[in-house]
Amino acid sequence: MKIAVASGKGGTGKTTVAVNLALSLAENGHTIQLLDCDVEEPNASLFLNIVPTRIRGVYLKNPVFDKERCTYCGKCAEFCQYNAIAVLPERVLLFAELCHGCGGCSLVCPEKAITEKEREIGKIEKAETKGIEFIQGVLNVGEAMATPVIRELKKETKEGRTTILDSPPGNACPVIETVRETDFCILVTEPTPFGLSDLKITVEVLRSLQVPFGVVVNRDGVGDDRIEKFCQREKIPLLLKIPESKELAHAYSRGVPFVEVLPVFKEKFVKLYKDIQEQEGTKERRK
Amino acid sequence: MKITKRKIKELTIISGKGGAGKTTLTAAFATLCQNKVLADCDVDAPDLHIILKPEVKEEKGFSASKLAKINKDLCISCGRCRQHCRFSAITEDIEIISERCEGCGVCSFVCPVKAIKLVERDSGRLFISHSRAGPFVHAKLFIGEEASGKLVELVRFNARKLAEKEKKKMILIDGPPGIGCPVIASIRGVSLGLVVTEPTLSGISDMKRILKIAEYFKVPSVVVINKYDLNLENTEEIENFCEKKGIELLGKLPYNSVTTKAMLQEMSVVEYINKTGEEREFGMGVENLWKKVSEILF
Repeated sequence: MKIAVASGKGGTGKTTVAVNLALSLAENGHTIQLLDCDVEEPNASLFLNIVPTRIRGVYLKNPVFDKERCTYCGKCAEFCQYNAIAVLPERVLLFAELCHGCGGCSLVCPEKAITEKEREIGKIEKAETKGIEFIQGVLNVGEAMATPVIRELKKETKEGRTTILDSPPGNACPVIETVRETDFCILVTEPTPFGLSDLKITVEVLRSLQVPFGVVVNRDGVGDDRIEKFCQREKIPLLLKIPESKELAHAYSRGVPFVEVLPVFKEKFVKLYKDIQEQEGTKERRK
Repeated sequence: MKITKRKIKELTIISGKGGAGKTTLTAAFATLCQNKVLADCDVDAPDLHIILKPEVKEEKGFSASKLAKINKDLCISCGRCRQHCRFSAITEDIEIISERCEGCGVCSFVCPVKAIKLVERDSGRLFISHSRAGPFVHAKLFIGEEASGKLVELVRFNARKLAEKEKKKMILIDGPPGIGCPVIASIRGVSLGLVVTEPTLSGISDMKRILKIAEYFKVPSVVVINKYDLNLENTEEIENFCEKKGIELLGKLPYNSVTTKAMLQEMSVVEYINKTGEEREFGMGVENLWKKVSEILF
């Protein structure tokens, strides 16, 4: 089963939920994979106290122009939807950070003057700890496109085990790439106006992708009951509440997973997983 | 610090990590700063409008990319499009997965029966609004749309146009989290980047990466530590890091529930403190930060 943890608003506790869920389930005897899909700012490894090592790079194919063959006809630049190529009277310029690596320029070139060269935009790293296979994607600093790194990372997903995917914040393409084709998405939010507003957008995203979901309220007690009311109205299961507490915030600041501070939550996370499985089970039976 | 001598200054508030306090600080500065245009560049999870309650004056459509459309009547299911698509955006049944399609046009080029064409995507909306804190440019990216970087560029372009027209001296920009395309679009060429961080291991790790991005794009940056008293050891680490790197640490704000209280009332923290008289010391801390920012900028 693949479970994504997402949020819309940043800093609500995605990584906290993903890591603590992984730890609780692993301790309970499950075979767990944890994928940190927040490739722009991967943080989960900090809470597992591990330093993952590189297993491979993530590459985009960029064009290389053969000066001998090029007639400067400009067909490649004309084709490129991303304005990544400029053809001057006797020079061709490539703006590598704009190139999506679609390969169109080399297809349209009438002189076959364009070949492709791989450029590294990120990497995949891995570590094992406490029964968890941990894998993360890391976008190289200065690179704009996170999605190809996430796509590559998701190839590490293995069937027959529970895979937890820690999503980046927001609602744009990196989030969609993370949550699509998962079996369930846990939405972590906080009971504030910002939390609710961003939650609503993510709910729409998940509905459009037809991924079932439920809500975890973090920092419970800091705001009001607007999230609960919204969930009731929209018939969204409220899976768990994590209280606002300076003790937990302090543990977080030191990179300590909070189930180590509040071990009672281990059982709660195991139960949360069972609830998700049951929901999935009912859905399967309905099919 | 070298600040560009341009007439209109642009300040972007960023953090790398989400939830560090970008919008809270932007809204506070929005109350303190006169004569500016506001811009929300967090286009896929915008929040500043919740505080500012803008009155929309002008709305524009936005299309930053294209989408492949297959004419099933012409399609012979040869699968060439699927074979050439680098974004896995075409299914086995030769259907386009729109949220994966990057609009490159390769499928259309290789199709032997010309069954595929590119159409403009309706990617989002741009709003030019009036708010109690001044003119406000914001946007909404539609569900499942990519090209958020391009929408950010459009927000900044319109904010600049508006600032010129209304003779404003600065643009205050609320940035998105992360370090990828929307972040790059939010900080490229601005006068100053203000990085909000928190003394947590994740906060520190994310701050280092966002500062690298700022350096990469040659954006002068300063750092503010939010909730500094949450972990004094980590705060010290941030201070040392900034000193070593020669990055100005503008100031520190303590962990204080007044920011959440203000948010619940849909007010900026400065407005809330002025109205209720609570936590004046915190308010002074924010005012001090703003004073320092304006000294750097002007």
